Amino acid sequence: MFPSRFDYKSPTSLEEAISLLAANEDAKVLAGGQSLIPMMKLRFAAPAVLVDINNIPGLDGHGAQSDGSYRIGALVRHADLEKSSTLGDHQPTIAAAAPLVADPIVRTRGTFVGSVCHADPQGDWASCMVALGGSIVAQGPNGRRTIAVDEFVSGPFQTVLAADEIAVEAVIPPASGTRKGGYLKLERRVGDFATAGVALSLEMSGSTVAKAGIGLTGVGSSTISATEASAVLVGSSLDDATIAAAAEAAAAATSPRSDHRGSADYKRHIVATFVRRLLAQHQPVEAKVA
Amino acid sequence: MALDEIKIGGLGASRKRVEDNRFIRGKGNYVDDVVLPGMLHMEILRSPLAHARIKSIDVSGAWAIPGVRLVLTGEMMAARNLAWMPTLSYDTQAVLATDKVRFQGQEVACVIADDPYIAKDGCEAIVVDYEPLPPIVNPVQAMAPDAPLIRDDKVNQVDNKIFDWEVGDKDGTDRAFADADVVSEIEMHYPRSHPSPIEACGSIADFDRSTSKLTVYMTTQAPHIIRAAVSLVAEIPEHMIRIISPDLGGGFGNKVPVYPGYVASILASILTERPVKWIEDKSGNLISTGFGRDVYLKGQLAMRNDGKILGVRMHTDSDHGAFFSDAQPSKFKIGLMHSAFACYDIPNAHLTATGVYTNKAPGGVAYRCSFRVTEAMYFQERMIQAAADDLGMDQAEFRRVNLVRDDDFPHRTPFGFLTDSGQYEKCLDIGLEAVGYADFKQEQEEARKRGRLLGIGISTMTEPLGAGNSREYDILGIKMFDSAELRVHMTGKAILRTGAKTQGQGHETTWAQIVAHELGIPADDIVVEEGDTDTAPFGMGTYASRSTPVAGAAVAMVSRKIRAKARKIAAHLLEVSEEDVEWELGRFYVRGAQDRGVSIQECAMAAYSNVPDGLEPGLENNAYYDPPNLTWPFACYIAKVEVDPETGVWDVLKMVAVDDCGVRINPMIVEGQIMGGLTEAYAMANMQFITFDEDGNCIGSNYMDYLLPTAWETPGFELHEVVTPCPHHPIGAKGIGECATVGGPAAFVNAVMDALKHTGVRNIDMPLLPDRVYGALMTGNDISGMPPVKTEA
Repeated sequence: MFPSRFDYKSPTSLEEAISLLAANEDAKVLAGGQSLIPMMKLRFAAPAVLVDINNIPGLDGHGAQSDGSYRIGALVRHADLEKSSTLGDHQPTIAAAAPLVADPIVRTRGTFVGSVCHADPQGDWASCMVALGGSIVAQGPNGRRTIAVDEFVSGPFQTVLAADEIAVEAVIPPASGTRKGGYLKLERRVGDFATAGVALSLEMSGSTVAKAGIGLTGVGSSTISATEASAVLVGSSLDDATIAAAAEAAAAATSPRSDHRGSADYKRHIVATFVRRLLAQHQPVEAKVA
Repeated sequence: MALDEIKIGGLGASRKRVEDNRFIRGKGNYVDDVVLPGMLHMEILRSPLAHARIKSIDVSGAWAIPGVRLVLTGEMMAARNLAWMPTLSYDTQAVLATDKVRFQGQEVACVIADDPYIAKDGCEAIVVDYEPLPPIVNPVQAMAPDAPLIRDDKVNQVDNKIFDWEVGDKDGTDRAFADADVVSEIEMHYPRSHPSPIEACGSIADFDRSTSKLTVYMTTQAPHIIRAAVSLVAEIPEHMIRIISPDLGGGFGNKVPVYPGYVASILASILTERPVKWIEDKSGNLISTGFGRDVYLKGQLAMRNDGKILGVRMHTDSDHGAFFSDAQPSKFKIGLMHSAFACYDIPNAHLTATGVYTNKAPGGVAYRCSFRVTEAMYFQERMIQAAADDLGMDQAEFRRVNLVRDDDFPHRTPFGFLTDSGQYEKCLDIGLEAVGYADFKQEQEEARKRGRLLGIGISTMTEPLGAGNSREYDILGIKMFDSAELRVHMTGKAILRTGAKTQGQGHETTWAQIVAHELGIPADDIVVEEGDTDTAPFGMGTYASRSTPVAGAAVAMVSRKIRAKARKIAAHLLEVSEEDVEWELGRFYVRGAQDRGVSIQECAMAAYSNVPDGLEPGLENNAYYDPPNLTWPFACYIAKVEVDPETGVWDVLKMVAVDDCGVRINPMIVEGQIMGGLTEAYAMANMQFITFDEDGNCIGSNYMDYLLPTAWETPGFELHEVVTPCPHHPIGAKGIGECATVGGPAAFVNAVMDALKHTGVRNIDMPLLPDRVYGALMTGNDISGMPPVKTEA
């Protein structure tokens, strides 16, 4: 496991990092390195320059902002989120997914933003961000821009990030009601990629769904936003018929392939099952009685 | 006063493992830790294709890279008669490919450079022109009439068959089936798995031209066999070869065979006259080295209505990959498959076996089992459960009817082995009690009404461990016995060496305990050394749970030789005749005057300072031990599981293990072996397999695809103990290292099948991945063969 030759740069400011990206063709940003380093060791990736952003101050914070949005800096590790005592109050979907990302070793080093930038269709965070309607803030030579995640991820392992841009933080918009949500993932073993995963975000107005988002992991060539399933939920009180319809719509939004993790049919079935299970967790008492 | 045996770390003491002191401090000394002056580094270029003709290899790009010192190709090996090497099963294996590549990951070229990064760059710069050929990935394809010939290098090879082999009584078995009330049939596949020790393979070859001596540091479980093999392959005199197997990061059978990397590093050192280090990466280890299993079974049991089994028929089709390089006793082509049903009293049995070549990695090894006993016991216990269901008989009761009774020993097994001891029904009863079997039927019924699926699976098995005896067991003609050498120093401390090779089993701890038991020298006063052929006595190495049965016995026997000599010295010191000297742990005393005695340490000092007339000085000896029989540990494993009917995910609610491995030398180490084995059993039942797509691509070539269970998902185990001493082993011990890996998988699978019984599903082949269990639940159909693998775009 010996990577190709590369240069290593360790800037101490975002401006310096961006100029290094601009000056070097085929440069890659190194944050947690939990996908990039293995790919380099396997020689699937051979960047000429690594720009290590770990020494840039100010990127390691996460928290609720005064406007109700939630920001996650580029150096926030999965474990920071997993161990956070306040995250669950604001972001139940993220809090549910954090302990399910990879394995404990990867979680101590890998980053939330890096995972979204890696754009692996089997990545958990992109599904959560899609469900939550989140964005990535990118900084380049000409300043910052905010890109919705479903536009940010342009394909498998592809994003719209320019070569001289750095994703500096993830932003989850304020909720228009009481935020609920969760994440379920089927994996063969801790640390395995998802056979299938479902991220759910609900914004409740009383017992009615004001807004909903469903992101699907590992069941298509890219992260999937199950918009029709989400639309079914809006305005409902999560009665059994609505839940069944949403589960069916989510399964219909998938395009899984059969592989050693399971057949395409099975993965579709798991998506439907998990959507149903997640929604049942948030079913208001009156809907359950009915 | 005799010593307290537990206090001195003797038999039965759960003494902490002395080797762990250096392991947990990071002070182990593995092959990769060894650094020699002027050492070069070798990397291997592997074939990306499963089956292809090599049209040309252009290595000029590699030579052009600064720091590259040597590039080896098959052509260069062939010029030195090293392109092919003999295997442990009388076949040949390519060292570096010359004519064709025959599996994905096959060794094509080696680059030797100043550091491993440069060597890897060199591999990337080699251009190989391949002409793809149709790949063969299973026995059915291999035996098709128009199948391409994989081994066109062999003169008389006309098809892809390696062997047809049979054992047992065909006519008697046919009669038993004719007389049967019920015949139960089942087909299944034991998927290809891999031992995947934490440490992959590697070597450092150091040929010194000034002395003509070749020293090789090597990850090997059997250093002396390797010395002989290197001598034969490389034509270097055996006394000019020193194999050093330092600390090993696990073996599980993977480090028994000879691999191309070893041979290439040796030639590279001879050519460069510098030490050459080769450290295999994990993918290289998974994709090219000795795998386990990959056997298909057709099994039949003939029974009377009362449950008595009259006869068994088995046919296996085994997939050995591109070269028949199984590490196994030479007489037996499909290992000890015919140890199946050894714990059951069955009068008639017949086994036929066919082995084939495919375009897959070679080297079927005994992955934590005694030569394919894992397959034998899995097939046995799955057949038993299916037969119980076919008879409509309780699975525990069916076993009880057919298990060999305690007073039936010695017992001739269905295929002709002789078992000698055991309390089979007692083990079964302890297991059933522990799992709560009596109330289970009702619990299962009530749970099913509430939509919950519970199941209990039983596996009872005995395993033939400790090859030889040398009459029947040899590898390439080398008889399978073992040895030990004990040197007691004048202060009563000692060094013990054996021809076995520990790789995690804890020999440094347990061998000292055997000496402590025999001589009363505290275990802490004995150092144990293995693995250096220049210092260790000859031995066949450690695998197939043979070390305690064979080398461990040699340790006891050499200790007894030392004690016999010490007795003469004691008589001299006590001024009595030898017949009047009695022994108790740690001292000799005068019969009738127990207070008049000398310690073993005093005898040791006298051996070097006050030797009686006519006795050689010193207190050293060695012993070669050729066991009269295998040892036959017994185990009963019972799993209780719950299957989620919506997802097919199954959880282990309880796993009970009742092991009878005879006398336990170090109970803590025995329990560790059982837990490790059960973990591997769970892995195979639940998640683990290596498969190949139709292009021959290996699915399972890295640890994202080939799964090792972690502490997160491994269930808890409840261990129980029964002790039936081995009647022929000097201290009554039997093998234990592999029992749980061998017997465990069927318990898990039987449990899931029990939970699904109401659906009519009879078999799901391992691994029982959720989608396969769910698929069976939905359709009521069996799920056979490997998980679906398609290379869709």
